[in-house]
Amino acid sequence: MLRLPGASPRTPGHLISAADLSRDDAVLILDTAEEMARVADRPIKKLPTLRGRTVVNLFFEDSTRTRISFEAAAKRLSADVINFSAKGSSVSKGESLKDTALTLEAMGADAVVIRHPASGAPYRLATSGWIDGAVVNAGDGTHEHPTQALLDAFTLRRRLVGADQGTGRGLDGRRVTIVGDVLHSRVARSNILLLHTLGARVTVVAPPTLVPIGVERWPCEVSYDLDRVLPTSDAVMMLRVQRERMNAAFFPTEREYSRRYGLDGDRMSRMPGDSVVMHPGPMNRGMEITAEVADSDRCTAVEQVANGVSIRMAVLYLLLGGNEPAVTHSRP
Amino acid sequence: MSKILIRGARVLGGEPQDVLIDGGTVAATGAGLDAGDAAVVAAEGQVLLPGLVDLHTHLREPGREDSETVLTGTRAAALGGFTAVHAMANTFPVADTAGVVEQVWRLGREHGYCDVQPVGAVTVGLEGKHLAELGAMHDSAAQVRVFSDDGKCVDDAVIMRRALEYVKAFDGVIAQHAQEPRLTEGAQMNEGVVSAELGLGGWPAVAEESIIARDVLLAAHVGSRVHICHLSTAGSVELVRWAKSKGWNVTAEVTPHHLLLTDELVRSYDPVYKVNPPLRTEADVQALRAALADGTIDCVATDHAPHPHEDKDCEWAAAAMGMVGLETALSVVQETMVETGLLDWAGVADRMSFRPARIGRLTGHGRPVSVGEPANLTLVDPAYRGPVDPTGFASRSRNTPYQGRELPGRVTHTFLRGRATVVDGNLA
Repeated sequence: MLRLPGASPRTPGHLISAADLSRDDAVLILDTAEEMARVADRPIKKLPTLRGRTVVNLFFEDSTRTRISFEAAAKRLSADVINFSAKGSSVSKGESLKDTALTLEAMGADAVVIRHPASGAPYRLATSGWIDGAVVNAGDGTHEHPTQALLDAFTLRRRLVGADQGTGRGLDGRRVTIVGDVLHSRVARSNILLLHTLGARVTVVAPPTLVPIGVERWPCEVSYDLDRVLPTSDAVMMLRVQRERMNAAFFPTEREYSRRYGLDGDRMSRMPGDSVVMHPGPMNRGMEITAEVADSDRCTAVEQVANGVSIRMAVLYLLLGGNEPAVTHSRP
Repeated sequence: MSKILIRGARVLGGEPQDVLIDGGTVAATGAGLDAGDAAVVAAEGQVLLPGLVDLHTHLREPGREDSETVLTGTRAAALGGFTAVHAMANTFPVADTAGVVEQVWRLGREHGYCDVQPVGAVTVGLEGKHLAELGAMHDSAAQVRVFSDDGKCVDDAVIMRRALEYVKAFDGVIAQHAQEPRLTEGAQMNEGVVSAELGLGGWPAVAEESIIARDVLLAAHVGSRVHICHLSTAGSVELVRWAKSKGWNVTAEVTPHHLLLTDELVRSYDPVYKVNPPLRTEADVQALRAALADGTIDCVATDHAPHPHEDKDCEWAAAAMGMVGLETALSVVQETMVETGLLDWAGVADRMSFRPARIGRLTGHGRPVSVGEPANLTLVDPAYRGPVDPTGFASRSRNTPYQGRELPGRVTHTFLRGRATVVDGNLA
């Protein structure tokens, strides 16, 4: 993504896949986000860094959470924000992704944050020559959601290593378990790649129907048994499981899914004492996570949302900000 | 009709000789033939093949003339060295009546670049429910022998069984697009390592193989002929090999792109690589080449599938499936089969002319280059090597996966019943 020495991303100047981030890239983003987070503690939460730059949120799928997170991030950096909601596929709307992109280009977008139901749409946008601006993947189909993985890694580093102690460090040796619909999850794909890059040991747990063919080449372990993995997990990330999946025979019933792969208080008690429970939201309480777990101190779901703004500030700053320091600290 | 003397060509890759064409047939062969009043084509170093026959072409007319017409498609075919193509039935309206197949057949005859042999739909509207009037299509001027719902699988086992039985009355063949529909709902690419990473819906090999397994058993049971379209997996090869070892009447085709390209290319998310069946793995590619070499796979068929630019200039999921192939087929076969030593030029003639003509029961094509035979001939310069340039295509569409790729071989001349349709690499 970034133009750091030693990195060889497929899409320089864009953030499309967590696979394109070197360890140095990822640590720099996390460290930068830590600086951004300090800004959020100030009475005035705004930095002048991206004044005069235009960030377009191009959302082909409803995702209010992700959109407002990017919007808040861009606004805190003083960028002008345009929200372009193009719900439904580009084809059903009659306008192609290409024409939409050309329109944004004509309007002078410096960055396009894109959410799209088709896997690979952000990659196409970044590599097609349709636009010059930086492309940030805000979730594409069942492919990737790299800023979610970054904010998850950021949250993990703060919780497991410490906000200050973590600076400059990865997640070496930490054991992270990702549970749920891995097959359809862009969050899982990005997290597995990024957490591995940062040195964590990742295990995915799911019913075999929700693990993709070809998973053996992923940098993670696969288990079908949640109870066996929990006692050795520093963090458990619960993925949202859509109830409709059972209609396609991925699992028999909601109840059976919850019993075998849901996280309840009893299971949580078997995790190590300082371990955390994560959820990218929105949660299906009673399905993959019980209210008891969701509302416990161990659950970082709300922190993740706050951290999302810091991470997205860091990404936009690093892609658009150039070499100026993001935060100028006032001297005493 | 004027006489033409092809001088010094290596017939089927053999020793150089001269071939005299007169009145639409091969009049003489041998060394040092007297040119007399014949026009001479200097063909030293070139290979003379029987005119190529494609069992699987989408000409799009009627209905999608924005992507191809019989005229542009047969021009592309001629440039690719083909003298006969089988036009698939998935047009609008569907080629499921005698009227539509006769229209397509006539258009081919009128344009005169390449014989167009229509394929009839197996079921009305390709919907897999009711048999189309297969007999009427056979009895029409088009004399349809090959029936296919290509693009869709005849997935109902009873309909498939009946179709196989019914065409025995006129020595027809059912060409099956083997794709189990339930296993491929939402499928975007080969299911495997790459689809897992890219998050694209998987098209598993078993969806093809399970249908092939069923259909060879059905063909054996009712004693009929089944032909497998665009076979794409190593497992399918094993099934066809097994069926042939039983002596069953099973034939199969492979496309040029499945002989060369793999699903690794999909990492670009460039829809030019989106095709059905999808590009498979390197292991599949090697199995397909070996099977074409040993004859398990009978022939190469292009599955030439033109699409307008806008249907490929978009995100992967929204893009149409298919690639044009007529104008690059022979080059890809040379690259994958001849340059690798798997087939000699006689083998190429067999897999791209003799055998497909026999499967389609064409009488005037796929004949030896010998005296008295129809002068359907293709002259190829095997020493040529250069990048593929789609701007020079005669096809109305440009959706080739080979743009800029260096490939060997160039068709210099094509003769349809003694008349040149291509001269020096250009349409005559």
